[in-house]
Amino acid sequence: MMSRPRLPRPVPILPGLHAVWVLGFVLVVGMMPPAGADGAIRVGSKSFTENYVVAEIAAQVLEAAGERVERKVGLGGTGIAYRAVAHGGVDLYPEYTGTISRAILKEPSIESVEAIREALGARGLTISGPLGFENTYALAVRADVAQRLGLARISDLARHPELTGAFTSGFLERDDGWPGLRRHYGLTLAGVRTIEHALAYQALASGAVDVIDVFSTDGRLSRAEVVVLGDDRHFFPAYAAVLLARRDFVERHGRGWAALERALVGRLDTDAMKRLNALADLDGRSARQVAARFLGREVTDDEELARLARELGVLTLEHLGLVTAAVALAVLVGLPLGILAARSAVLGQAELMAVGVLQTVPALALLCFMIPLLGIGTLPALVALFLYALLPIVRATYTGLTTLDRQLLEIADVLGLAGWRRLARIELPLASVNVLSGIKTAAIWTVGTATLAAFIGGGGYGTLIVRGLALDDVRTILAGAIPAALMALLFHGLFEVVDRLLTPRGLRLVMSRSG
Amino acid sequence: MIAVRHVSKRFGATVALDDVSLEVAPGTTHVLLGSSGSGKSTVLRVLLGLVAADAGEAWIDDVAVTPARRRQLVGRVGYVVQEGGLYPHLTVGGNVSLPAETVGWSRARTAGRVRELAGLVGFEEAMLQRYPAELSGGQRQRVGLMRALVLDPPRLLLDEPLGALDPIVRADLQLELRRLFGALGKTVVLVTHDVREAVLLGTTITLLRGGRVVQQGTFAELARKPAEPFVTEFLGAQAPPPELREIF
Repeated sequence: MMSRPRLPRPVPILPGLHAVWVLGFVLVVGMMPPAGADGAIRVGSKSFTENYVVAEIAAQVLEAAGERVERKVGLGGTGIAYRAVAHGGVDLYPEYTGTISRAILKEPSIESVEAIREALGARGLTISGPLGFENTYALAVRADVAQRLGLARISDLARHPELTGAFTSGFLERDDGWPGLRRHYGLTLAGVRTIEHALAYQALASGAVDVIDVFSTDGRLSRAEVVVLGDDRHFFPAYAAVLLARRDFVERHGRGWAALERALVGRLDTDAMKRLNALADLDGRSARQVAARFLGREVTDDEELARLARELGVLTLEHLGLVTAAVALAVLVGLPLGILAARSAVLGQAELMAVGVLQTVPALALLCFMIPLLGIGTLPALVALFLYALLPIVRATYTGLTTLDRQLLEIADVLGLAGWRRLARIELPLASVNVLSGIKTAAIWTVGTATLAAFIGGGGYGTLIVRGLALDDVRTILAGAIPAALMALLFHGLFEVVDRLLTPRGLRLVMSRSG
Repeated sequence: MIAVRHVSKRFGATVALDDVSLEVAPGTTHVLLGSSGSGKSTVLRVLLGLVAADAGEAWIDDVAVTPARRRQLVGRVGYVVQEGGLYPHLTVGGNVSLPAETVGWSRARTAGRVRELAGLVGFEEAMLQRYPAELSGGQRQRVGLMRALVLDPPRLLLDEPLGALDPIVRADLQLELRRLFGALGKTVVLVTHDVREAVLLGTTITLLRGGRVVQQGTFAELARKPAEPFVTEFLGAQAPPPELREIF
């Protein structure tokens, strides 16, 4: 009997994409922390050495007291850290009285610990007693320059307006920083730039700038050839170190809070803090090792390395989860948006503009906008990454659908193929090359952008990059940056395979013949 | 019945058709002849409802064709274009079955019909698994024809179907088309600029220039009683040069 000719069906494109969505959702659900519902205490920190160290000490004290601790450290700046504790993303983090009264409460007159505690009470927050050390802003110049120009106090700078300065962004923006200092002392500098705290000392030493802002407890101060200028007109307020915490946390974890106050309040003076900072900044010890040392324990380098390896494993899963979930969501939303855009000229332009505008918002700003709405952590990071991944996908789908051969579309008309049928059988398969290319671009971009998630406690490889930047530790930066680059390559390779599977064979033949 | 009555069409400032009328008797092949830009393809597109005429009417049987009424033509008219107009992501079989699937034929019925058509155009069954990119121009053209015939429409509209083919293949296919049109008894409108094709295939011819009908009738009428010098010029322009005529 003559065999019937098989009429082969083309590879349907939609089921292949379903797999991506399912994978992404599984990963994001797995990644999302139960938001403290399991009772873990979340300790935060800003992204500079001292804050990492004090936060780590607090975390280890709590763990020794039998509590479960989640570290949400390396948050990008006072703004993010404060919002996190105010909205419940973290339970406590190390802060300074001067910063609280000026940058947070914006009431410079509130100076004493009691007055601050009372003012914070209305916001559901409280502070511990002073830890013992003060960390004020100060200005520093190179020792030889100080000697040559006779600089010992800040008011001496008024005589040398030709000098240049490089300051951290916090110092440049805060009223208790450069703007106020300038006014108070009547200073001018020839040029003022922003610089990362960790890089400032090198810039000073190399002569690239003349004046930098420093923290009075910087580890580097004990070993560098710099002179700290005296605050003869008493501009800088007191910055006594405290722990800033949520009141509901203190009430729920009374024992843990008591343990913290016992271990830290009045126990960490300025010299001790300088030494701890030096251990981290200059001797390359991790925050965990430094904190352990303070608490009378020892964490060896081998233990630390093992812990880092485990951390890298966790970070890899987090990063992968963020990327896959964000891209999967972007495909889920972007594909229909692209189809709609291709259908209507007006809607198309509006959509493309909207998605394009999203791209121009700096990633970090977008991440910060998310905090009041979604707190810190995985969810706001995911939303921000999803919004960024939209443009390449929407645009690629739109382009793929609007650049189809007109004649082939006309023939579809003549054959009576219309609506969904035409979309599924003709238009999307023909556009699949473009669509897949857009998804690939989105995925690879997102691997890079996801490193920013760390700034709002979203995890991923950025955690190491932020930490490395803060501690000026190139190895840590590379420990985060290299895996990220490798992941991007991995996705590139993955998409080669996906292309092969999802691009209709007939189309691949066309491409290979014309290429 | 296929008819076009006083159809005019402008695209912006360009006049594509100016008061064009023609009628095609059932079972005959009518050729729209002219150089590019003469409006011949536009006539076809008006007949398919792909383009709306500014004035006049186009009729397929009792349907006054407009873009809104396109769907009513499905199954009544088959459309063949240059290079076949095949979907690259579908196999030959997939392309040919498309119209049948769209109107809801069963798989079995479709498969049977596709086999029948393959035999008609001289394809082996293995051909059905190939993709358009793997076929020659002539083969693609045949697939396009198969697809246009799958629902067995009484009418066929072909737009320069052999335009992209090299001379030998073209000549072969011209003969084959003539055989097929005769065997199937379809009403055919064929657009071409090739005089030889018009002569071979056309029962009647409409010669167009600049969107206007220059002359209509059989080839003999156009050859012997040209309405204007242009007719003779056009028909003669493709005659083989003396050197070539000597050989044959």
